[in-house]
Amino acid sequence: MGLISYLKDKFKKKDNVDEKYVSGMSKSRQNFSSRLSDLSRSYKKVNQEYFDDLEQILIESDVGVSLSIRIIEEVLEEAKTQKIDNPEEINEILVDKMFSDYASKGEVVNDIQFVASGPTVLLVVGVNGVGKTTSIAKLAYRYKEQGKKVMLCAADTFRAAAVEQLKVWADRLEIPIVSGASNADPASVAYEGARRAKQEGIDLLIVDTAGRLQTKSNLMDELAKIRRVLSKEIEGAPHECFLIIDATTGQNGVIQAKQFNEVCNLTGIVITKMDGTSKGGIILAIRDELGIPVRFIGLGEKIDDLEEFDLDQYLYGLCVGNS
Amino acid sequence: MPFENLTDRFKSIFKTLRGQARLTEANMDSIMKEIRVALLDADVNYKVVKEFTTNVRDKAVHEKVIGSLDPSQVFVKIVHDELEELLGSGDNSLKLNANKPTIIMMVGLQGTGKTTTTGKLAYYLKNKFNKKVLVAACDVYRPAAIDQLVTVAKQVGVDCLNMGTETNPVDIAKAAKEKAYNEHYGVVILDTAGRLQIDDRLMDELNHMKDAVEPDEILLLVDAMSGQDAVNVATAFNERLALTGCVMSKLDGDARGGAALSIKYMSGVPIKFMGTGEKFTDFDVFHPDRMADRILGMGDVVTLVEQAEEKFDEQEMKKSANRLYSGQYDLNDMVDNLKQVSKIGSFSKIMSLMPGMPKVTKEQLDRAERQAKDVETIVNSMTPEERAHPEILKYSRKVRIANGSGKTLADINRVLKQYEEMKAQMKQVSNMTKNGKMPTGMGGMGGIGGLGGFGR
Repeated sequence: MGLISYLKDKFKKKDNVDEKYVSGMSKSRQNFSSRLSDLSRSYKKVNQEYFDDLEQILIESDVGVSLSIRIIEEVLEEAKTQKIDNPEEINEILVDKMFSDYASKGEVVNDIQFVASGPTVLLVVGVNGVGKTTSIAKLAYRYKEQGKKVMLCAADTFRAAAVEQLKVWADRLEIPIVSGASNADPASVAYEGARRAKQEGIDLLIVDTAGRLQTKSNLMDELAKIRRVLSKEIEGAPHECFLIIDATTGQNGVIQAKQFNEVCNLTGIVITKMDGTSKGGIILAIRDELGIPVRFIGLGEKIDDLEEFDLDQYLYGLCVGNS
Repeated sequence: MPFENLTDRFKSIFKTLRGQARLTEANMDSIMKEIRVALLDADVNYKVVKEFTTNVRDKAVHEKVIGSLDPSQVFVKIVHDELEELLGSGDNSLKLNANKPTIIMMVGLQGTGKTTTTGKLAYYLKNKFNKKVLVAACDVYRPAAIDQLVTVAKQVGVDCLNMGTETNPVDIAKAAKEKAYNEHYGVVILDTAGRLQIDDRLMDELNHMKDAVEPDEILLLVDAMSGQDAVNVATAFNERLALTGCVMSKLDGDARGGAALSIKYMSGVPIKFMGTGEKFTDFDVFHPDRMADRILGMGDVVTLVEQAEEKFDEQEMKKSANRLYSGQYDLNDMVDNLKQVSKIGSFSKIMSLMPGMPKVTKEQLDRAERQAKDVETIVNSMTPEERAHPEILKYSRKVRIANGSGKTLADINRVLKQYEEMKAQMKQVSNMTKNGKMPTGMGGMGGIGGLGGFGR
């Protein structure tokens, strides 16, 4: 059974397709899946041109040129050995390849892994404007709903009104927040957050940091310092470190993940703004090159527009959808 | 550095080309393939890449690159011209009204840098064009967006219209226009909320705002890190609003900026400005021809000289030059020179603008910057006499200076060695100038030659 029919089966029978997931991603999905099915309809038999078109679809989804070329070559190889020239079957092989490439990098648990005792610390990092603060609010809401005591730590003391932005969310969610003065040393704010989290018996401390381009070595050093301070105050902290990536990000996303991983030891990625038209194919390239998994996916501007990342659903949403 | 990676790729592609006496159909294919991958890796739009490679190929055949004796020169020129074509030519300046307020609307997806850029543009117009600028907070949706604009406006020293989050953005825009006319502002910049181009409700809001205030400029913010979808976003915004230009933000990262190469070509919207850093001064007019040079690794000397002219203190330079001619170059002059140079920007920024600069690692540059700062610290710990006559510095004085500046003896000795080297270089330059033989590339560059001793 091909992967697509497997996915269809799984979701249709169990009737557990997450409606929000599918509707939030409908723009991405329509584009990708309709083009895929249009493509298979316009060809009776596949030829080189068909594979070129497939490659174009992958590249235009930001999957990246080298991964795209490799996937297509593998599909071509398999089509040859199995003597398949039916476009729909080729498409199934394609999705199959994408699926197995991602899954072969190991099992992933999406939920934050809480430590047995004391506060669990989540450090949130990323370049400017990817939606760190909004994602933190969504994560805080999620774990507050699960009955955890959540505290926010506003260590973005650089950008104008970043602290205020996080405060607005803390007020709305009615959770405590630790913040420092504008331009205060972010590490000192992180220290204060860790100290208070211990004191007040917090389950989850989420530390917001200023957006920084991975090329600014002084700012990356600052991040390393924040990590050190946290680990001194709470053993093993930060236990989780999420890189936030904007779905519109192109190939620079891989470099971002690489550089932030060197400094922060990333445990996962949150991909935001997946309700737009961008396909977020960069997450496949990141997983392929660095093995870092996507843990959550942001699908809108509302506080509950955050879902656990599910590869089945992602591919289902992206490739199968309405077809 | 913008486009660093693309530049590297082109450099190595052209290097292969230089090694080949003749270009044949066969090696042409492999070079075109490499250029294709380089451009796609740089997030240049797929369709643009396709046309670009076809055009370059056609031209190369047409201009008989194949078989010519120096194919690389011809080829580089073709690629350069095509790049320039992609980046767009013509006048990219803002249309500023002489007799009434100019109204500028900033639009874009979430997180592209609208508020920061509003601040930078306000600062630019205030300082370069002497305009009285009003910024208006029309983002009533994102928490604390208004606070951010208020803070930014205060930092750059312009007025900000803040009507809170309960007012309709269109009404805020109207009020801003009215205020500008009544209080004689030269420019009004409307900072709008980020939105998806497929969000009909919010896109309608922009249309209403446009109809209500009839802006002179509508600028779309585009993140330099955007992938393939950037062109679709620009096209959609343009169809709805008839954009007058784009601003590329975050070009100071290592994103290869393919969106810049695609947008003008695919949507016809010119790129007018670019943001190159976190400071309000990190904002430049976008010059397509210079950017093409930069992508190809030809450097951007024009920008460098312009910035040098703008930021060097002419008086200081003259003073320093006179002392140089009379052979009085001392430690004070060295510190002054370094300060002048650092006004243009960081070493890495200067290096990125210089043509044919050898590849320097970030660590080397960081070290050079640190050492330049050390020079100042150490010289500040000297007495005026020591600064003017470094030759009197013996062991005990050096120990005192080391203690006073918190540096080691070795640091002091290094600075003194650099001073000697710099002095020697300066002497050489001044001799050459006296003989009427300007060394190429040194014209008007003052102390930059003296950077040679750093970062080792």
